[in-house]
Amino acid sequence: MAKVQLMEIAIARSGDKGDGSNIGIMAKTPAIYEFLEKNLTAEVVKNYFKEICFGKVTRFEIPNLQALNFLLDDSLGGGGTETLITDAQGKVHGLGLLHLTMDVPDELLQQQ
Amino acid sequence: MSENKIVRVANAQGFWGDSLLGPIRLVEEGPVDYLTFDYLAEITMSIMQKQRMRKPETGYAMDFPPMVKRILPTCKEKGIKIIANAGGVNPRACLEATKKVVKELGLSGIKIAIIEGDDIMDRLDEITGGGEKLANLDTGEDIAIIRDRISSANVYIGAQPIVEALAAGADIVITGRASDPSLVVAPLVYEFGWSMEDYDKIASATIMGHIMECGPQCTGGNYADWRKVKDFARIGYPIVEASADGSFVVTKHDNTGGLVSVETVTSQLLYELGDPKNYLGPDCIADFTTINISQAGEDRVAISGIKGRPPTPTYKASISYASGYKILGTLCIGGPDAIEKAHVLADMVFKRVAMHGVEIPEEDRFVELFGTNVMYKGLVPALEQPHEIMLRIGARGQDANALNLLGMEIAPLITSGPPGVTGFAGGRPRATEVVGYWPALIDKKLITTHYKVEEV
Repeated sequence: MAKVQLMEIAIARSGDKGDGSNIGIMAKTPAIYEFLEKNLTAEVVKNYFKEICFGKVTRFEIPNLQALNFLLDDSLGGGGTETLITDAQGKVHGLGLLHLTMDVPDELLQQQ
Repeated sequence: MSENKIVRVANAQGFWGDSLLGPIRLVEEGPVDYLTFDYLAEITMSIMQKQRMRKPETGYAMDFPPMVKRILPTCKEKGIKIIANAGGVNPRACLEATKKVVKELGLSGIKIAIIEGDDIMDRLDEITGGGEKLANLDTGEDIAIIRDRISSANVYIGAQPIVEALAAGADIVITGRASDPSLVVAPLVYEFGWSMEDYDKIASATIMGHIMECGPQCTGGNYADWRKVKDFARIGYPIVEASADGSFVVTKHDNTGGLVSVETVTSQLLYELGDPKNYLGPDCIADFTTINISQAGEDRVAISGIKGRPPTPTYKASISYASGYKILGTLCIGGPDAIEKAHVLADMVFKRVAMHGVEIPEEDRFVELFGTNVMYKGLVPALEQPHEIMLRIGARGQDANALNLLGMEIAPLITSGPPGVTGFAGGRPRATEVVGYWPALIDKKLITTHYKVEEV
């Protein structure tokens, strides 16, 4: 096991969905996708974003794209035109999630 | 029709305000059959509505007519057709402005179509009177609470009227609130003679539209592994090469910057995505879990296998309404003790506004200390003592004059507060209208779309 940040094993993109955001995470290999499917749960993301996301977090799996999609409800301070916050569209939420540190089996890191 | 026919559809603008180099380079640097311009976002409709309220002959993407003037001679020479949701909340004004530039070019025989029927502003009472609730899709609230403040109401219409306009010989099609992917669905239905009920193919084209709707965000822009991307300044705008069976290749012109890889395209597939099995549009429901994606050469990504289902019986409506005012000012604060001083300065502003006789309630106040992890709150460790902070201070409210008092008390902080306040430029900020956004569903039976073609 090694402690690595998600950015070493995945890429991300995020944007707004009403007053929430979505974060798409794509694993860099099929094995890493399986690891993330088991370990990067909606609960993990909700807990990590607890100072940003005040609603529920929902996860969808897209195995054919090696990807997970997270919806973070109530994470934009009102959303769209209403809010004054800098990241009103959740553009950096994906990069934020890539800072999450996870315990990753060494063999997954070697395959990359 | 040849078995091997390929239709090249490009996205030339991902939003209103995108680089004007996009369409120019697409038509000049390689082969394209259709140029689509996706100007509209929810926020854009609101902005256009504000503009139309001030000036009735505006309310559309004003970049569009001058761009037509710039590229139309090349498009005519190469047989490139243009499809743009440039009409915004005022497609007729956009048509008139576009006709004017075509005349100025001295070109003739150019057919320009507009699509109408998406604007339901004048029909709202008829529609709600007939039993359609138009309840807020997110909150379930009754539309009655905003009825007297509604400033625009449009539905996201589909590809069909655009297909009809192309069949009528249109060289340029201007729509209002057509859904983003429908701008790409329409030319392929027209070119390949697909049925609108051939849902796998319609879903393929819908996903092509989704991939391209933010322009170069699928060709290397905003990509997490950005060091792999070549020559951002000359990033190539996206092109799909579509085949009759619905499969397609995402690519860009040769010798342009950027990167088209499985990763850059997948990143954009995930952008603003909800439930991947149920991507809802006016033309179909597309299933992202059926996408086969693979690298098919340098800067070429092949996609096939997409499955679709019939669309829902409703259109999504986008309704905007007056939602009070907001004001925002910024100041830069140098250390030492930048954070502590920023709090003192913010407090001064609200106290001084109160001394003018206006109390801004706590819940309407906004203070953000940029540089203290405002975008990454709780995600990464913050600096304890940053040497520089940007104070973003403002408020929400119903009274623009009251908010403007706040705007007047920002610059004085430089000389009357703690030391190190700088970086104030651009004059006093002023309150701006907030246009709220109200998503709703509406029965498709209530909407009739149609096209009109005019020849210049």
